Amino acid sequence: MKDIFVVSDNIVSPLGATTAENFSRLKAGISAVRRHERPAMADEPFYAALFDPETGTSGPYTKFEQLLLVSISDAIGNGHIDPRDPRTILILSTTKGNISLLETAPAGSATADPWLNRRMALHTSARLIADHFHFANTPVVISNACISGILALLTAMRLIDSGSYDMAVVAGADVISKFVLSGFGSFQAISPGPCRPFDLSRDGINLGEGAGTIVLSSREKYHGGIRFRGGAVGNDANHISGPSRTGQELCQVINKSLAEAGLTAGEIGFISAHGTATLYNDEMEAKAITMAGLQSVPVNSLKAYYGHTLGAAGLIESIVTLQSMRENLVLPSLGFEDNGVSMPLNICSSLLHTSLYSCLKTASGFGGCNAAVVMSQ
Amino acid sequence: MEHITATCIISDHIVYTNGKAVFEPPSAEGQDFLLSVYQHTGVQYPKFYKMDNLSKLGWLACELLLRQGFRSADYRPEEVAVVLSNANASLDTDDKYFATVKDIPSPAVFVYTLPNIMIGEICIRHHFKGENAFFIFESFNAAFLAQYVHGLMASGSARACICGWVDVLGEEYKAALFLVEEAGGATPLSAENINQLFQINTRHE
Repeated sequence: MKDIFVVSDNIVSPLGATTAENFSRLKAGISAVRRHERPAMADEPFYAALFDPETGTSGPYTKFEQLLLVSISDAIGNGHIDPRDPRTILILSTTKGNISLLETAPAGSATADPWLNRRMALHTSARLIADHFHFANTPVVISNACISGILALLTAMRLIDSGSYDMAVVAGADVISKFVLSGFGSFQAISPGPCRPFDLSRDGINLGEGAGTIVLSSREKYHGGIRFRGGAVGNDANHISGPSRTGQELCQVINKSLAEAGLTAGEIGFISAHGTATLYNDEMEAKAITMAGLQSVPVNSLKAYYGHTLGAAGLIESIVTLQSMRENLVLPSLGFEDNGVSMPLNICSSLLHTSLYSCLKTASGFGGCNAAVVMSQ
Repeated sequence: MEHITATCIISDHIVYTNGKAVFEPPSAEGQDFLLSVYQHTGVQYPKFYKMDNLSKLGWLACELLLRQGFRSADYRPEEVAVVLSNANASLDTDDKYFATVKDIPSPAVFVYTLPNIMIGEICIRHHFKGENAFFIFESFNAAFLAQYVHGLMASGSARACICGWVDVLGEEYKAALFLVEEAGGATPLSAENINQLFQINTRHE
């Protein structure tokens, strides 16, 4: 794969509206996960990383669309990108998009009411956003569970690598509402407190809201920054809602990603793991990372800072990795105290100043999917 | 050069494989139609009954697609990709899940509120461990699909790919799956060819 460079990026989260704001809060150890009492979302109080209740509630765009608009606007502004350029493509990533519109509608009307199902459709949001910025090309939407953000990056890399486009604006967002909260609750997957990835006492996830945008390009003028070098996706072929027991399939995806990047395990300086803080996910990841020969590489999970931001997670966490590379600084994996996986990893427990050349970002999701990308500077 | 080596289209209560109508139940609608196609396959697969309509439709189309000469022994599990798309994501099941929330939220329904679960069901059934992707477009986007699948195969990320469109919303549905392989076949992978094959049930033959 040809080198594909990062032009600009943005994170919009409860921690801030730019990558810099977000990273400075993370360095200070500040988490967006809080206890919330919101009867419209859940009968009982819960821990999650949410925007203020009034965020994104007015105007013609939904909250999901507003998050994307704000994030994309900052990233293309910083990168001085012209969306009208016919060689530029917009790629969006989300799991549930406008699902909250279903919650206030009469039962069954999302299917039966043509206006509502069109308004909820992810391609409608994509068109509204593309029109807002005057993108020249039809946008692409990816909805592939919790690997959506990584798959969106990888799709951009592939479309640029094949010569179909020179630039891609890759953005992802998800909003937490009763639908998503009740669903993960029904799986008994939500922690009653702040989540603790890879820790012995981990007992589930926190959900989070946010958006992230990365602009990628193969153009000469952007050469010299951080570049995306390879990636892969795979499936466990095991279970639709539980990860592989062996981690072999995620390991294979990591190996394929390293091979495409032309790197060996020994050249990876940091891993940004998925680390949801469920018993099974973290155990599977630990096995996969060990099997790939990466068990001594510093690793963290950002889920205790941001919660699980679903379709935005792969982007937000990749952007934090980019910022870590720029500052040669690995963030501690918040919530981790005692090893809780069968194959101990080198979980970062304090700010680590180290030269970062090549890093790996992984993700796994419902449907048995796994994904990884490799970045270098 | 990649070729389309098999197709399966399920639309308007008719199943087509490789361009020919092969099954049309006497009279059936929605759920009953999917059940009659399942019975037509002759497969015993208890997990089928737990799936939502989107997964059932995609699973059935894939089952019948792979009977058109696919040789699984020619591929390692990680060499087979599944790349699907639709317009309505999992909205049909989203509605059904949210109806359970007022009473007791159902994890068995919630898990199907992601369109890529259908890819997971296909991968479990056929033991495929390769590339996955689920894309949302307003209407079938043959140009993008051809471009993406060609990219996967040309770069060596996949040696075979099951790709296409599977959409369900209420009583409306359509599945159109294509098997793309490296060599052989009379139909090269192209947007034009995919589009033409996709339109089968609207042609009057």
